[in-house]
Amino acid sequence: MSEAELAATPPARQIAPLGLLARYSTLVALLALIAFNMAFTNHFLSVQTLNVNLTQVATIVIVGVGMTLVIATGGIDLSVGSLMAISGAIAPIIFMGKIVKIGEIHVAVAVAMILAVAIAGAFGWFNGWLITRFRIQPIVATLVLFIAGRGIAQVSTNGNLQPFKLAEFQWIGLGRWFGVPVQVVIMIVLVAVAAWVLRRSLFGRQILSIGGNERAARLAGVPVASIKRWVYCISGLCSGIAGLVVIAINSSSDANLVGLGMELDAIAAVAVGGTLLSGGRATIVGTLIGALIIQLVRYTLLANGVPDDVAKLVKAGLIVAAVWLQGRGQA
Amino acid sequence: MTSPAISDTKAPLLAMRSVSKAFAGIPAVINASLEVGAGEVHALVGQNGAGKSTMIKILTGYFSRDAGEIAFDGAPFEARSPQDAQHKGISTIYQEINLVPYRSVTENICLGRESRRYGLLDWNAMHAEARALLERFKINVDVRQPLMRFNTATQQMVAIARAIGFSAKLVIMDEPTSSLDEREVAVLFEVIRQLKRDGVSVIFVSHKLDELYAVCDRVTIMRDGRTVKTANMSAISKLELVASMLGRDVAQVARSATAFGGRHGKIGEVILEARNLAAGHKVQDVSFSVRRGEITGLAGLLGAGRTETARLVFGADPMRAGSLDLDGAPLKPRGPLDAINRGIGFSSEDRKLEGIIPDMSVAENLTLALMPQLTRAGIVDEARQRTVVEKFIKRLDIKCSGPDQRIRELSGGNQQKVLLARWLAMNPKLLILDEPTRGIDVGAKAEIQKLIKELADQGLGVLMISSELEEVIEGSDRVVVLREGRNVAEFTDSGVNEANVMAAMAHGKDADPARELTP
Amino acid sequence: MRKSSLLSTLSSQGVLIALGLLILFGWLRYDNFLGLFNISTVLRYNAMFALVALGMCFVIMTGGIDLSVGSTAALGSVVSALLSPYGMLVGTLGGVAAGLAVGVLNGIVIVRLRILPFIATLAAMLAANGSALLLAHDQSVSVSYDSGFTDLGQGDIFNIPIPALIATVAYVIGSIVLNFTSAGRTILAIGGNEDASQLMGLPVHRIKFLVYVASGGLSGLAGVILASQFGAGQPIEGVGWELFAIASVVVGGTLLSGGLGSVGATLAGVLLLGIVFNALNFENGLGWISLSAYWQSVIRGVFLLLVVILQSRLSARSDTAAPL
Repeated sequence: MSEAELAATPPARQIAPLGLLARYSTLVALLALIAFNMAFTNHFLSVQTLNVNLTQVATIVIVGVGMTLVIATGGIDLSVGSLMAISGAIAPIIFMGKIVKIGEIHVAVAVAMILAVAIAGAFGWFNGWLITRFRIQPIVATLVLFIAGRGIAQVSTNGNLQPFKLAEFQWIGLGRWFGVPVQVVIMIVLVAVAAWVLRRSLFGRQILSIGGNERAARLAGVPVASIKRWVYCISGLCSGIAGLVVIAINSSSDANLVGLGMELDAIAAVAVGGTLLSGGRATIVGTLIGALIIQLVRYTLLANGVPDDVAKLVKAGLIVAAVWLQGRGQA
Repeated sequence: MTSPAISDTKAPLLAMRSVSKAFAGIPAVINASLEVGAGEVHALVGQNGAGKSTMIKILTGYFSRDAGEIAFDGAPFEARSPQDAQHKGISTIYQEINLVPYRSVTENICLGRESRRYGLLDWNAMHAEARALLERFKINVDVRQPLMRFNTATQQMVAIARAIGFSAKLVIMDEPTSSLDEREVAVLFEVIRQLKRDGVSVIFVSHKLDELYAVCDRVTIMRDGRTVKTANMSAISKLELVASMLGRDVAQVARSATAFGGRHGKIGEVILEARNLAAGHKVQDVSFSVRRGEITGLAGLLGAGRTETARLVFGADPMRAGSLDLDGAPLKPRGPLDAINRGIGFSSEDRKLEGIIPDMSVAENLTLALMPQLTRAGIVDEARQRTVVEKFIKRLDIKCSGPDQRIRELSGGNQQKVLLARWLAMNPKLLILDEPTRGIDVGAKAEIQKLIKELADQGLGVLMISSELEEVIEGSDRVVVLREGRNVAEFTDSGVNEANVMAAMAHGKDADPARELTP
Repeated sequence: MRKSSLLSTLSSQGVLIALGLLILFGWLRYDNFLGLFNISTVLRYNAMFALVALGMCFVIMTGGIDLSVGSTAALGSVVSALLSPYGMLVGTLGGVAAGLAVGVLNGIVIVRLRILPFIATLAAMLAANGSALLLAHDQSVSVSYDSGFTDLGQGDIFNIPIPALIATVAYVIGSIVLNFTSAGRTILAIGGNEDASQLMGLPVHRIKFLVYVASGGLSGLAGVILASQFGAGQPIEGVGWELFAIASVVVGGTLLSGGLGSVGATLAGVLLLGIVFNALNFENGLGWISLSAYWQSVIRGVFLLLVVILQSRLSARSDTAAPL
């Protein structure tokens, strides 16, 4: 548009009805799904159903929080699943005393959990370092750990299953806090903190500016490289936590399986939730809603007798539809 | 339209009559007419927003018109898209090279029109054809090399060669010389003259009036969407041209072209001392100084190294050699943040690429650099942020629906104001402005120029880069001329005039001011 | 192979040098490394990945990406296994058709609906996976051994495994298309600058669509070979194939942002990554060290890392962002 055209455009945009729908599409979809289930699915409005769904969603959202921040800077993290496997492999090695025996079991568990998550975070930091030091594209940089990371987990356990039965550890996956599963609590806390940080803190604003226009952000004094490294580190930490939850639920750690396919689940949740894949605009709560939508669709289908494989097809169509609608809403 | 001077009695190759186009009710082109004869080079001029690019886009099928007729080569003309227009004989060469840099010269010329043998591409034939087309313009390059190996001027020739290969009868050139230096411009003009000789017509859109006089036959001036004047180039003076473009009185224009109106600043002590700076390929050995209250203009042709020097001072690019002193203390910025912390602000030349964060609001863009100072315990103090933003919106008269409006919805001029405010909010000692009024309409341009003047008067040191000579001359207390990465001349007071500066830009140290370019 | 630029040449030469060194190392260190049996086995096994990588190479050259190749191969293997009783031809056509169908779907979603390739092919991956499981009733589908279907995957012609021949033919065709047809040059142009290609009048939409269809078809063919080689169509196989393919393409020197690439170098990349696995098996056999197969992914990851760092050092365009 020419200058004359732009200067004369009325400041407030007319928003078409479809556009309005698109903007709030995620919430609308979620509500629609809930309404549908209330009408057609037995026992939907029970605490048990709520628990089941939230539990299944919790690990995806925990990873999704980190993924949302990464995507907000215009990047992507494909290594999340592998980092989950690493954290899930390391923790049992420590609290089962395979390297060093730690007498007090609570201390052992604490050390195991902290170390596992910290190591995942360190790998995340490594991703950030590759991206900022060598200017490697995020998809390729995180691809390295996607391939090698699971291998590292497998090598350290020799591909063997590590079964365990340790209540002091497994509360993170099986415990409840006032009736709410612990991982759901963790999920909610993470979502709340991250959403608030993104909106109100300097760190959050700077993340969004990097995704919005990295060159401009740098020229305005935003410490781009440092923030990117932290964001990938956070993604690693989230993956570490999610890895612990998964092995706790399963009472065993299988490096071949932990976190398999998680990267795609997390990215799908982020995309459906409304965060722009190109960065600059992100919503943590949206990721939560996106994950819930995907989960609910699956649940709705399963509860109504549709085979899981068909549910996958529906999930695929859902992702495309959601992203397409987001695109219309952006225009 | 006043006295349309028709060059000859034959029917023109192109006739656009009474064309109108509005966007969402706002008229962009109103009852405009344009005629170009065969083998004619026709200039199309006007300020930003006058409607030139809309006219071109209507002609080449990018937009549809609301009213009017277009006739080309004797028949009514209707293009559905630029590709369609190309097939029908009208090609466009853009300011940005719209070719594929990784691909060879041959491919960029021949793709879409390839020669084949036994169903497969005949590379020998295509290379030969590409070579032949370029030879017509006396360009001799290895056509198998990727396009990006060559400088912008050559790339532009390749774009023209592609147009000719597609049998263009009319070639539209939109700001073709903006990335070319003097020598390359001369080559381009030779190419245009050759096109003329071959009977191909050219519509030449440009801001650089001197160039128009060098190569164009006739000119059409647009203002506020209308075509206000058409004349033979030889019959209209530069002042009349500018006056027509601006809608002002000739005498008024003769006095001063910018809102700077000449500088009489009160100059303080040196705030920035740059010695023997070198960086990358573009900056070889640059030394200059900026004083408080002084506007130092950095002049030079494209490619002289002005932007690179400015970025170097700001820490945006690494320094290879040389030294910088800010306010008496050495300055060695490892990145923009260091420079900002020392009190330097930098407004880059391309606000879309390096200035605005498009999806963020006016408020967020304005306070982007200031935010760490508005933060307590990691949290941004939104109340303070709002206060700052509102203060600057008022002070700079930024036209927006509110601080929360998305910056991409603002006009170029208002966006630029927000970006300036970004730095003003930091209370800098030194402000570096790279093309501060580029791509901005007349009104906003004047406002920004006035603002810069005020800032200097308040004691700020300003380093200003501008490709518009009037801006540099009327706005600077001191002009440092760069040529091929070195500073070659420096002028102050009465030495700051068009003749001196242009001579130094073109010829360097051995410049003879008497040898300037005149219409 | 036409040299398109210094970078591409250097990168692709780099792969060839690495490949050469690896083969030399293997020949010196292991018995029978260059024996007929081993070469034959390596070629036969990696032929599937080679096909998938070829499709991926074309997609990446247009600046896109195809994450559905693994699941499409799985789908292809299931469909061809189900159709295997009707003979090799029918089985093969069925598998390839399934792959083409996925490719068409991708093409439509990406070109018509204008959805980012990353997301679109992610969804396709889920869809293909679901379809494969559905058709196979969640289990492996045994191939019929009477119909001659397994000859495709397990047979030889003049001691060269048939899958390897198929892959070779595909690569030769791919190279001809890339270098000697306007479609091929358009693919590279699109990746180099899509807007300019559009303005230059090139059939951008059509070519983009075809590239995804081709990727799907090649993946389907890879699935057919999978089924006929291992005797069963496996709906959950194919996990990680897309990333292996991307790694091969990148190692081969093709820029992830598109516009520059080489078919032959991709093949070299596949072989390089494949031979690492092979060498590992030998290493374990020697008993000097006991490296589990799990080390292969670590080593592959390290290889990718080194190549990518090298590429970024050499690349003049280090700040082009990859379109997802």
